[in-house]
Formats: sequence, structure tokens, C-alpha cells
Amino acid sequence: MYHSLKRWSWLFLLPTLAAFVIAFLIPFVMGLYLSFCEFRTVSDAQFIGLQNYIRAFSDTSEFLSALLFTVEFAIVAVLSINIFGFILAMLLTKGIRGTNIFRTVFFMPNLIGGIVLGYIWQLIINGVLYRYGYSITSNAAFGFWGLVILMNWQMIGYVMIIYIAGLQNIPDDILEAARVDGATNSRLLFHIIIPSVMPSITICLFLTITNSFKLFDQNLALTAGAPGEKTSMVALDIYKTFYGRIGYEGVGQAKAVVFFLIVAFIALLQLYLTRSKEVEG
Amino acid sequence: MKRKIISFLLCVICVLSLFTLAGCGGKKQSQVYFLNFKPESANAYKEIARAYEKEKGVEVKVVTAAANTYEQTLKSEIAKTDAPTIFQVNGPIGYNSWKDYCLNIKDSKLYSYLSDKSLAITDGEGVYAVPYVVEGYGIIYNDAIMKKYFALGNRNNNISSAEEIKDFADLKTVVEDMTAKKKELGIDGVFASTSLSAGEDWRWQTHLLNVPLYYEFRDNADYEDPTIAGLNSKEIAFLYSNEFKNIFDLYTNNSITPKTLLGSKSVNDSMAEFALGKVAMVQNGNWAWSQISDVSGNVVKAENVKFMPIYTGIEGESGQGICIGTENYFAINKKATKEQQKASLDFLDWLFSSETGKKFVDEQLGFITPFNTFSESEQPADPLAQEVVRYMNDEGVESIPWIFTSFPSDVYKTNVGNALLEYVQGDIKYEQVLKTIKDDWKSERK
Repeated sequence: MYHSLKRWSWLFLLPTLAAFVIAFLIPFVMGLYLSFCEFRTVSDAQFIGLQNYIRAFSDTSEFLSALLFTVEFAIVAVLSINIFGFILAMLLTKGIRGTNIFRTVFFMPNLIGGIVLGYIWQLIINGVLYRYGYSITSNAAFGFWGLVILMNWQMIGYVMIIYIAGLQNIPDDILEAARVDGATNSRLLFHIIIPSVMPSITICLFLTITNSFKLFDQNLALTAGAPGEKTSMVALDIYKTFYGRIGYEGVGQAKAVVFFLIVAFIALLQLYLTRSKEVEG
Repeated sequence: MKRKIISFLLCVICVLSLFTLAGCGGKKQSQVYFLNFKPESANAYKEIARAYEKEKGVEVKVVTAAANTYEQTLKSEIAKTDAPTIFQVNGPIGYNSWKDYCLNIKDSKLYSYLSDKSLAITDGEGVYAVPYVVEGYGIIYNDAIMKKYFALGNRNNNISSAEEIKDFADLKTVVEDMTAKKKELGIDGVFASTSLSAGEDWRWQTHLLNVPLYYEFRDNADYEDPTIAGLNSKEIAFLYSNEFKNIFDLYTNNSITPKTLLGSKSVNDSMAEFALGKVAMVQNGNWAWSQISDVSGNVVKAENVKFMPIYTGIEGESGQGICIGTENYFAINKKATKEQQKASLDFLDWLFSSETGKKFVDEQLGFITPFNTFSESEQPADPLAQEVVRYMNDEGVESIPWIFTSFPSDVYKTNVGNALLEYVQGDIKYEQVLKTIKDDWKSERK
């Protein structure tokens, strides 16, 4: 029985593998190839070498400003989401009444799609700003903070759940022993709790960093880059270059490849750094 | 052993089902696939397709691209096996980017129907795209409100009806006086919102900019046709910059919406404001009639909806009409099969020459067509289209053609729209807008 299972295991992998190849690997390789091409539609392309990469940086300043905006956003969003998520997780593992209801409530925003959230928050933010004679496109700062609030609202519940799982895994006896030894609350937090939930932190940081960098729907729905592309993030800029500009399809593709390399580098670096801090359970 | 065989067979079935399912999806190919540009006509085209299938037995697939997403929809649709057989380009610039896909339709019936052959997009000997609708835009006004204003005793001018407004000075006087008396008139502002949110700013960065640039290109002695002059202009001087500012400021200073909030308004918002009688004027074209009449609670009567030319203060503008032209050209996909191409041309032929088809065009689509298959009496009944026809036939006025088909790129328009938004919000000075309009023309033309 075991042998036959082993012999046929590839067959069971096949559906997933096929899906992976069709929906991920082939488009990825095609995309890579297209970034070196001049094309109008993805089905007929002409190889032109590195030209697109040069144009991505030299033709306009949008890509670099979008990159800068994205980095600024990612720093603020990653910090705020993780800090607030962690605080909520701490509160909701203290055994307050109605813990489960709160956990559900905080998690719910995560179930709503990005486009819908974007439009809802646009209405809310505009509703507030209208009172003062502004709208979300009046100033790039409104768009920036609007996005931060939106992402916090959406992601906090998600990271909270992961942190809760981590916190619940800390054995009570360690905490008790520390307390008996006279550890203060802050010592308890920084020397016992945080090191013990390091695996959760690794996951949460990874998720929030990659999500913040790749953010698209929320950006599109909330501001669509207004005013004057000042709130366009990289993903939106790539989309606009590819679709909004005839003759720039290859440039958009080149930007996407550069973007992929940047995100992959940052994510791997983060994984390496936080992994090394994890303690064996 | 038996069990093994069964389990193996099951696996094979599973795997095979994966491929057969995928196979089924890709097989079906439509004879005629029309990618529609006009969201306001989406339902009409569906009905037309149904009628055509009933009459001729040929299935027509109609897909409508959402507002302002035509280029990207076309880009992804045309790469598919089941690609659009009829699509549209928006003029010479649009043709340039899609020329690999445009079939030469010089021998088609559709082209033979065109009353003025110079309207088609030609390249060398070939004819690659044929316009199918003539449209006009200007300042749409609600004559009921205007009459109410002109009946007031305490006006500061001697103009006695909207028809008497013959230049920018008149318009400005009337509009500003109306703003001062908006309480008495029962309106919240003279002009509907100057919508400047993303994708909703084409009325300004394209249509309004057309007016000053037309005068500039018209005076270009090297070319007779202003559109050709525009296409050949590597740079523009933007001679009528102040005039452009005149009208834009007039719109925003006398608007229903404070300037800082214009960035969140859409075209639909503006049309609804007009339909509900909250404003007296709105700049748009005859296609907007369906948007006006469909608003629930609409208080504007058809007989009160009129067009006024867009006056900007350019010399000699008293004889100016509204802006009439087209940016809607049909093209047939060169990469489709021969049968598909023929079926597509047959469909268009039917739509613009058969009795049933023409009825749809007049009544449902509301198109004023450039085809000689339509007689004088076969024109759309909606008030704005009739206004366009009136202006076209008025010998005393000169229409402004749509020269914006010569604008260098969509990015140019977007950049101008962005600059206008920032200007109206007070983030930049008008000089910056002027700089964008001039510099980006040069950099986008290349």
C-alpha cells in the first residue's frame, strides 16, 4: 500500500501543479520575457532588449515617486498595523468579557474586498472633510493617511488573530516563574512574551510588508492617484503605464519586474532577520 | 490488484476532467463580437443584437467597456482567441496605435454610405476606420431657468433671452448676475460641478481645451485642415491661454460646488444636478440626453433643453457655433477570420441601412449618423440631437470641429486634467497649468 502510494504521489500533486504552472509559472515567465519586448497585445511581441528598463527610469519621474510613496506608506502601515494588532491581541487574551465577540468584530473588515473598502472609506473620509471644505483629493497627505487608516482597519484584525494564537502558546508556567522572580510588566513583555511570539511576528511582518507594497485595489478605489499621481503606489503606477499609455506596455512590464525584485528582496531580508531571532519552542 | 486499477482509473479521470473542462471553455467563437465604447448605449446594443439574431440568425456578442476603460479592455480582449471583430478607434492617433489590427474596408458598403468620404481614416490608399456618429457639445442650458432670470426686474444688463448671448462678455455678465440672484431663481449655482475626479475630467481636458486650440490651429497657414495642423504640430504656443482660463474660471466660480470639492465629482453628478433643476447650465454633448432624462425626479422638460456655444472671449466668436465632430470610428479586426470579417461588415451594413436597423439607430441609440442612408426625417428625436442638427444647418454660425483627435496622447489629457484639479484646489498657479498644456504637448508628441 505504502509503495503504491509513493509511486503514484505525483499524480495527486498533478492538479495543484498544473494549476500552479498554468496560473503562475507560465504567466511569470511570459511577463519576464515581455519586459524585454515592444508589444501592444501580449500575444504578439517583438524583442528589443533592455530598452524598456532604461525608459522605465528615464522617461518619467512617476515610477520613482511612486516607489518613494510606497516605501513611506509601507513603513507607517507595517508599524501601525503590527503595534495595534499586538496590543489588541494582548487585550483580548486577558479574559475580558465578550472576548470572542470582539475578536470576531475586529476580524470582520478583513472579509470585505479591497475595492469595496476603498469606496466605503472614500465616502467616510470625504464625509468628514466636506465639513471643512476639502475632499480626499485636495491634498496628497489626505490620501496617504486615508490609505493608512484603511489598511489598519482591514489588516489589524488579521494580524491580531495570528498574535492571539502565538500568545496562547506561551506556557503559563514561564510567565508565572518570571513573576515570582520579580519581573516587572515591561520586562515580562520584552524578555518573555515578545521572544516567545517571534514566529508570529515573522509571519505578520511578512504579510504586512508584502501587502503594503503590493497594495492596489484600495489605492485605486480610494484616490486613483489623485491629485496629480501624487498618491499612486507602485502597483497602480504599473497598471497605469501598461494600460493607460499606448506604446508603454513593455515599460510597464519592465517596471513590474523591477518591482518584483524589490519586494522579493525586502521580504527575504525580513524573513532572514526575524527568523534568526526566533527561539526554539 | 482490482482496487489498484480502480484507484488508478479514478485518478486518470480526475486529471482528464481538468483538461476537458478547460477545453470546453475555449472552443466557442462568436461570428460577430462588437466591443462597444459607449456605456450609455449598452442596453440599446443588446436589444439590437437580439433583433439581428432573430432576423438574420447570426449571433452578435456585445461587450461594453466601462467608462474610460475602452483602451485597456480592447487591449486585453483583442489578445484572446475570441477577439472583438468590430472595435473602435478614436481618431488618427487611435488608429496609429491599432493599425496592425485595422482591416482595409475601402470596398465595404459601410464606407460607400459615408456622405463625406473625407471623414474616414485613411492611410495611403486604404480606408481603415469609418465614423458612425456625429456629435456636438456646448453649454447645455435649461431655458425654463433662463426665462425666469430674464423675467426678473432687477437685472444688471439689457440682454433679454439666452439666444441673445453672443460672446463671452455677455455670458459672464449674465452668469455672474444669475449667481448673485440664485436664491430668487431657486438654483444652487449656475453651472453644474466641474467634475475633476479621476477619469471624469474629459469635459475639460479634452472638450474645453478643443476650443482655444482650434483657433490656434485654424490660423496655422501651412495646413488647411485644423486637425491635420494639430497632428503636425510638434509644439503649441497656446495663444488663447487667457481665453481658456476665462471660461474655466467662470465655470468654477459660479459652480454649485465649492472649488475644493470638485475633485470628488463625476460627470453623472453634474448631469443629475442639471436634471434636478439645481443648476441652469452644464457643459456636455448631445449623448448626455439619456443621462438627463433617466435621472429619477428629473424636472427638466425636453423642450427647455438647449445648446449654447462655448464662448471664451476670442475675437470674432459671435459667429461661433457648437463643437461638432466625431471620435467614434468603426474598425474591423484584421486578424479575425474572413467569415468573421464579412459577418461583422454585414451586421454594420444592416444596422445603418435596413429599416429595422435605422429605427434602432434613431430611437434607441439617438445617433446623428454621417451616412447617406438616413433621410432628413430619419433623425433622432431627442432635444439635444435636434439642437445639434439645428446648429449644423444654421448658415449663420460656424461649427468648431473636434480637433482634439489630434492631441498627442491620453497621458497628455490626463496630465492636463491633473493640473486643472490642482489649480482649482489652489495648489498651483494658472501659469503651471499653462506650462503643462504646452510642455506636455511637446514631450508627449515626440
